[in-house]
Amino acid sequence: MSTELLIWLLPLPPLLAFFLIVLFTNRYKGLSHSLAVGAALLSWLGSMVVFFQATRAEHLGSHPFVSVLNWLPTGEKWFQIGIRIDPLSAATLFFVAWTVLMIFIYSVGYHNYGQPKGDHDQKGLQPHGATVADEHGHKHLVPSIEPMYSRFFAFIGLFAFGMYTLVVSDNLLTLFVGWEIMGLCSYLLIGFWYQKPSARAAMIKAFMTTRVGDVFMLLGIAYLYTSVGSLSYSDIFKPETLHLLASTPAIGGFLGFSAAGLIGILLFIGTIGKSAQWPLHVWLPDAMEGPTPVSAMIHAATMVSAGVYMVIRMFPLLQAGSEGGHLTTAMSVMTVIGAFTAIFAATIALAQNDIKRVLAYSTISQLGYMVAALGIGAYVAAAFHLLTHAFFKALLFLGSGSVIHGVEHGVLHTGEKVDPQDMFNMGGLRKKMPVTFWTFLIGGFALSGFPLITAGFWSKDEILADAFANGHWVVFITLALAAFLTAFYTARQITLTFLGEPRTASSQHAQETTWTMTLPLVVLAVFAISIGWIGISESFPVIGGLVPNFIHEFVGSTLAEIPESIPFSFVPLLVSIIVALGGLALGWWVYRDQKAGAEDPLKRMLGPVHNLLKNKYYFDEIYDTIFVRPAYWLADNFTNQILDRGIIDGILHFVARIASNVGHVFRNYIDKPLVNGFGDFVGEGIKRVGRGIKVIQTGKVQQYLLMALVLAFGAMFYFVFALFGH
Amino acid sequence: MIPLSWYLIFAAALFCIGLYGVLARKNAIGILMGIELMLNSVNVNLIAFWRYRAPNGIAGQAFAIIVFAVAAAEVAVGLALIISIYRRRSSVVADEMNLMKW
Amino acid sequence: MTAEQIIFLIVAVVTLVAALSVVISRNLIHSALWLILTLFGVAIFYVLLEAGFFAVIQVIVYIGAIAILFIFAAMLTRRVMQDTGPQSNTNWWIGALIALFLLAGIVFILLSWRGSTTPLAELENQSGRLSQLGLSLVSPDQYVLPFELASVLLVAGMIGAIFVAGDKKQ
Repeated sequence: MSTELLIWLLPLPPLLAFFLIVLFTNRYKGLSHSLAVGAALLSWLGSMVVFFQATRAEHLGSHPFVSVLNWLPTGEKWFQIGIRIDPLSAATLFFVAWTVLMIFIYSVGYHNYGQPKGDHDQKGLQPHGATVADEHGHKHLVPSIEPMYSRFFAFIGLFAFGMYTLVVSDNLLTLFVGWEIMGLCSYLLIGFWYQKPSARAAMIKAFMTTRVGDVFMLLGIAYLYTSVGSLSYSDIFKPETLHLLASTPAIGGFLGFSAAGLIGILLFIGTIGKSAQWPLHVWLPDAMEGPTPVSAMIHAATMVSAGVYMVIRMFPLLQAGSEGGHLTTAMSVMTVIGAFTAIFAATIALAQNDIKRVLAYSTISQLGYMVAALGIGAYVAAAFHLLTHAFFKALLFLGSGSVIHGVEHGVLHTGEKVDPQDMFNMGGLRKKMPVTFWTFLIGGFALSGFPLITAGFWSKDEILADAFANGHWVVFITLALAAFLTAFYTARQITLTFLGEPRTASSQHAQETTWTMTLPLVVLAVFAISIGWIGISESFPVIGGLVPNFIHEFVGSTLAEIPESIPFSFVPLLVSIIVALGGLALGWWVYRDQKAGAEDPLKRMLGPVHNLLKNKYYFDEIYDTIFVRPAYWLADNFTNQILDRGIIDGILHFVARIASNVGHVFRNYIDKPLVNGFGDFVGEGIKRVGRGIKVIQTGKVQQYLLMALVLAFGAMFYFVFALFGH
Repeated sequence: MIPLSWYLIFAAALFCIGLYGVLARKNAIGILMGIELMLNSVNVNLIAFWRYRAPNGIAGQAFAIIVFAVAAAEVAVGLALIISIYRRRSSVVADEMNLMKW
Repeated sequence: MTAEQIIFLIVAVVTLVAALSVVISRNLIHSALWLILTLFGVAIFYVLLEAGFFAVIQVIVYIGAIAILFIFAAMLTRRVMQDTGPQSNTNWWIGALIALFLLAGIVFILLSWRGSTTPLAELENQSGRLSQLGLSLVSPDQYVLPFELASVLLVAGMIGAIFVAGDKKQ
């Protein structure tokens, strides 16, 4: 089987699993998850083969694995769609395949496969536990299996299809198709427990917010298509095309942008929505309403990464028109938004108590890093950080899910009514859940950028180095500050959750989770440590040069010219080590003695600012007032009352009334008198004639004879005299 | 020498008188009498024609004989009918026999 | 005007007057009696036409049987001893009109027909005429069929009359 054919087949197994589960195996939980995990395994296997081929291929950047087919006839040419695996998509394929597989396996345990059915479990609500009696007759609650178990696997199967499609596409259209499929699945999965009002609100918020971004992205795609005539990467990234786009002014001389600049900004707005950058970041924290595998996969490793993947892919377009390393307008916009988001989200994460919320804001912040990196032109650094972030963020989310499961077990056991997701109800879990603890620790260190042994260090350092070397001081300082805050809140999270003593009875009775949940944690932890070593800069002291800078060579070759290696400088290295270790230490120190029921020390430190942070700078309330309420008002008063009921219904009623009246007229003036009347007339007429004629039948023989004779003689005389003319 | 036409005119007159009787008499027996007159006029016609036009033939005579027989039979049956009707309805007025009225 | 013609005229007038009385007379018995006179007049005509046999037959059959039958029937169907009211029904005038019309028509035709003035030929074979008639009625190549049919008719009539007029009270 050729590589190209294999690439075509990669998205299909999860899609097939989706259909089979939805149509046939919905009732059979074991069969459903086997189908889904099997499909993920198949796609993973295919992806590994493709990746292996890709690493061995020569000059993959200039000769990627491409296969196109004619799809839509458009006048003289065909609109073509196809697959393309160049170094960027090969690397993306690698992490997508691994994270998807790990999360699929994790979901089996997360949804309590093998556990009994719950006592009061309903579809649409989280499972609440089942009462079992042990051998002594003691009854206690144990976690129960998710009632909509198969549905979950169907949805994540569809989602995996969308992501694979996006990664292997060679054109913006199928990328957008995959993008939207993932948007749909995100909606469905955030609102997986649909009977919860907060979940329902969150799913709509997510969809609407990303939609705003998607509309602009679609505008960008349309503009690009009209300018270039094709959406295929190979056509768009031809130097002549880029040059043309860069030199043409945008439609209507829009703010003095070039066409390339406007398209780039429009496409970037799609990323703002999808990757939850400010100002469209509001949906991601609420998306934590979904089950944790969803948060891990969609909102950490894959879907939000898709936004960044797309801008990385479109980098030549964004960069078009820049001379000698100057940032184009689009790139400046990206830098500003990315850097701002990075620090903005990091500050909010400081004040969050929910274990998943912290990670959500952390994701927003890290995506900001990637966007900013791309904005300043650090192509390889952005791609590298994307790769490493996927692994350790998925690890962190899965770890948090494991923690929540462990605490929930304690909640069921003790019957305590506490929020199993609040970190202030945890503590001391390192003893109860060792595997989770160590893997979470590795993930947390990776996130913070713990030097040398974690992947996050290498990728984050790369970004800082690039910013420093190219003289983007503001960006450098902002990102360094954000890194410090990242380390701080990560340490805060780890300390509160795992270290110290249990603060509630539930955490006291927490338990390690099953192997289906801990195995993926271990695998991802291995990656979180080792994946960074493929990107060691060659000029790094001591160890640089031992292993070639694989990432730089490989991913960099996607561009027309491999970017230059950044010359090594100690400043960014030292800065990143200081902020990482310093943040971790400070975070541990502040929270190491947190007691049950005690107030968050940060509150005292920050005072009123803490409230601002805790309420996310009141952005949700602002958006509500500015956008949501007016929209509702408009929809109700204008669209509903005036347009729909007034005009449209009015027209319909009017037409109906006319039709009714016409019908009346027809019935009463034409049908009844004329048609009926005619029929009645004929019948009545015949009756009347009969009644008139019957009198000649008198019954008297003589009269009959008279009549006969009269007529006979009349006829006879007529014939005799008139005809023969006597 | 009596011309044939005299006989024929006489027969015609007799016939018409009989016809008048059939059409205008109320009593059923009176109607039958009118019929008898008509039959007689026919006979006169037959014999007259035989005598003047084909005296050597027999056809006229034979015909007349048959007419006699038929007239007799018809009167017998007719009167029987009238008597039967009289028994049922106690009337022989032709106008009152109007069961076939509409 | 020969003697024959005078006799003819007298007899014709008498017969016609009698016939008229038959159809006009109020009393049914009177009608029957006038009928007898009419039939008698017709018999005389037969004599004038040198068909003596027929004259005799006329008297025997018609007068002797049929007229008597009429009288019997008239007597059997009397409600009261007197007849009431006029004997003509409501539309007698149409009947009269038709009769006159017919008469006029026939006379008109007769007078314009050449054959009306056929001269009277001598009768041959005077004596053998009756046997000739009798033979013609029974010989197979002449008129036996009508003869037989007539007899069947008479039988049927007889049976029918008995049946119809018979007393059904058993």
